[in-house]
Amino acid sequence: MISNIDLGINFAYVVSAVMFIFGLKMLSSPATARRGNLVSAAGMLLAVVVCLLNVGLDYKWIMIGMAAGTVIGLIAAYRVEMTSMPEMVALFNGFGGIASLLLAWSEYHQHPALSVFIAGVTFLTAFIGGITFSGSMVAFGKLAEMISSRAVTFRGQHIVNGLILLATLVFGVIFSMNPAANYPVFLLVVVVSLLFGITSVIPIGGADMPVVISLLNSYSGIAACAAGFVVHNNILIVAGALVGASGIILTNIMCKAMNRSLVNVLFSGFGSNAQAAGDGPQGEIRPATAEDVYYILEAADSVAFVPGYGLAVAQAQHVVRELGDILEKNGTEVSYAIHPVAGRMPGHMNVLLAEANVSYDQLVEMDDINPQMDSIDVCVVIGANDVVNPAALDDESSPVYGMPIIETFRAKTVIVLKRSMNPGFAGIQNALFFNDNTRMYFGDAKASIQALVAEFKDSV
Amino acid sequence: MEAVFLTFVFVLSIFMGFELISKVPSTLHTPLMSGSNAISGITLIGSLASLKVGNEQTAIILGTLAVALATVNVVGGYAVTNRMLEMFKKKDDGGAK
Repeated sequence: MISNIDLGINFAYVVSAVMFIFGLKMLSSPATARRGNLVSAAGMLLAVVVCLLNVGLDYKWIMIGMAAGTVIGLIAAYRVEMTSMPEMVALFNGFGGIASLLLAWSEYHQHPALSVFIAGVTFLTAFIGGITFSGSMVAFGKLAEMISSRAVTFRGQHIVNGLILLATLVFGVIFSMNPAANYPVFLLVVVVSLLFGITSVIPIGGADMPVVISLLNSYSGIAACAAGFVVHNNILIVAGALVGASGIILTNIMCKAMNRSLVNVLFSGFGSNAQAAGDGPQGEIRPATAEDVYYILEAADSVAFVPGYGLAVAQAQHVVRELGDILEKNGTEVSYAIHPVAGRMPGHMNVLLAEANVSYDQLVEMDDINPQMDSIDVCVVIGANDVVNPAALDDESSPVYGMPIIETFRAKTVIVLKRSMNPGFAGIQNALFFNDNTRMYFGDAKASIQALVAEFKDSV
Repeated sequence: MEAVFLTFVFVLSIFMGFELISKVPSTLHTPLMSGSNAISGITLIGSLASLKVGNEQTAIILGTLAVALATVNVVGGYAVTNRMLEMFKKKDDGGAK
């Protein structure tokens, strides 16, 4: 009993799905990425417009909801600083998750007598949607430094989380067997999922955020996908599954870039027990002044900048690009070497440098820069620490051992910009700082680079 | 039977997702994430379709909230992705802003 309108709507959804797929495909090259995003957005617009053709919708509330959402979304999207992008993505992601939860709830509220399969999926949608929401909110709080970005662990954390999962499973079975009679169980799972999102993200430290954000992104896709089963809608299933898969892949890439398994990231509370700063390799450091660094850079034929989260904190991306331009005019070959997990979300550094107008063909990936590291005259490390720690290659006792790094120590000279000698997020002292070819240039990254730019300008 | 059909769609979409994403270079990982995040706001479609005339109050509240939040996800996600991608330029076509 499918009317022509329904048929038309569903065909239009197929077109939307194709547009999402092409949109994602075009995202694989910087040259077509922007158009890809617009194609994907047009697919979404088509799906929304077509959906509104459904018979019997309550347009008053739809308009109110959409108007409010559009205004909030646009304001947030256009006001956010590029350095705050990770928390913005976490926030949006959380909203998508809670929307799936609310949708499942509303469907269940209207038709409580569900089949076992659909009841199970409804339960799952609410659970994953809830985790996505509260997990994303915790991630948002950590990234925006509203709550401590350190890993917060407590005794018996794994047992608590394990018990929550077990209880959820039991509730899920009870609920699915007889959904109509178990409204309180459903409400309980909403509460439990929100709690679980908090207890599962709070033990994860700031440096592991790229993994967490990717994973939460995947969850929100899975929640939307599960919601698609609840409302029997193909477009939700297709789009949700695409996002779920993409999130999992990104998570996997991030884990590989840290040489850690997902289980290890989620459960180890990495960085929660920082060593005292005095531990680890020791030695003499060689501090440098702006003038010293100026002479080194002035004489260099090739310079690679290695940015880390410190660049974002200091908002130094624009001055770095200015310095890069000056060096290029000086005949120096300039590149930007970017570690996959530098920053707080995948690709964070690339976005910041793109904001500062650095051409994307100057952004070099870790695997491409390492083979030519021996021929690079100067590496300038800006606010990065663990991703350039040589202990990852040769010190088996180090917590970062095995993690692929940007091998800056092989360059002829390394200049490390750093606020102080405090160890990095992982709490590990960095042997790179004591190498013979390393010069430490202390101070705020932005002010330090401005001083260098001034040196260059004075000497012209 | 419908469950089988929906599962079919689900499994094939997952494979499609894996194929598509594994080719994205790390330079574009942030826009990829925020772009795919916007797509996950597709739950908006389900929320819209669930807001029917004659719903009782609780369903109206839940549905309207779902629509509003999913819209934030969709609109904000696409807008912010577009803003980021606008900035990715090569030198020779610079200054297009």
